[in-house]
Amino acid sequence: MKNPLDSLWGTVISGLILTLILYNIIKYALG
Amino acid sequence: MDFIQLGLGRWLHILAGVMWIGLLYYFNFVQVDALKAAAADNTGAGITKHVAPRALFYFRWAALVTWLAGAMLLGSHFHEAFLFLKPAYYPIGVGAWLGTIMLFNVWVLIWPNQKKILGMVSATDAEKAVARRTAFLASRTNTALSMPMLFFMTASGGVFRTVVFG
Repeated sequence: MKNPLDSLWGTVISGLILTLILYNIIKYALG
Repeated sequence: MDFIQLGLGRWLHILAGVMWIGLLYYFNFVQVDALKAAAADNTGAGITKHVAPRALFYFRWAALVTWLAGAMLLGSHFHEAFLFLKPAYYPIGVGAWLGTIMLFNVWVLIWPNQKKILGMVSATDAEKAVARRTAFLASRTNTALSMPMLFFMTASGGVFRTVVFG
């Protein structure tokens, strides 16, 4: 599998996905 | 005292942060592709000799100043944010951890390897190839991490906090 960080847009999409995951974790933790 | 810690501290944190992340985006959105294009017609020497060392100087020191100013802003709440001890500090805790990982990447993975790539320290061609890949991936990791980091930094206070986390 290709490393998404090799592509600029793969990097940006990875950042967006990570933001979404962390947002949901913190939102859930805050109740 | 609050004026220095929270007023000037916040201003310094943002000033240095803009310089740090601005240069990070310059490297990732501009310089990587520019050097690839320059390699095709042998015009990249000017970038590696004159631009990259200067950009890296401001990049790594701005990273450190950003982190120190952020730590000063947290002040006595530093451990509450980093250890997630109070819900009020959860969002800034995530931002602070991401910023800390990014600072580590700058000083431990990017800068030492860039010194090899730019010829500031001696390295064989094989070592330079490894250094290039390591620095590149650390820089790309920081670009990806900057997105949630900036989200949580901005979502930690004011109106945005209420809108995002209720």
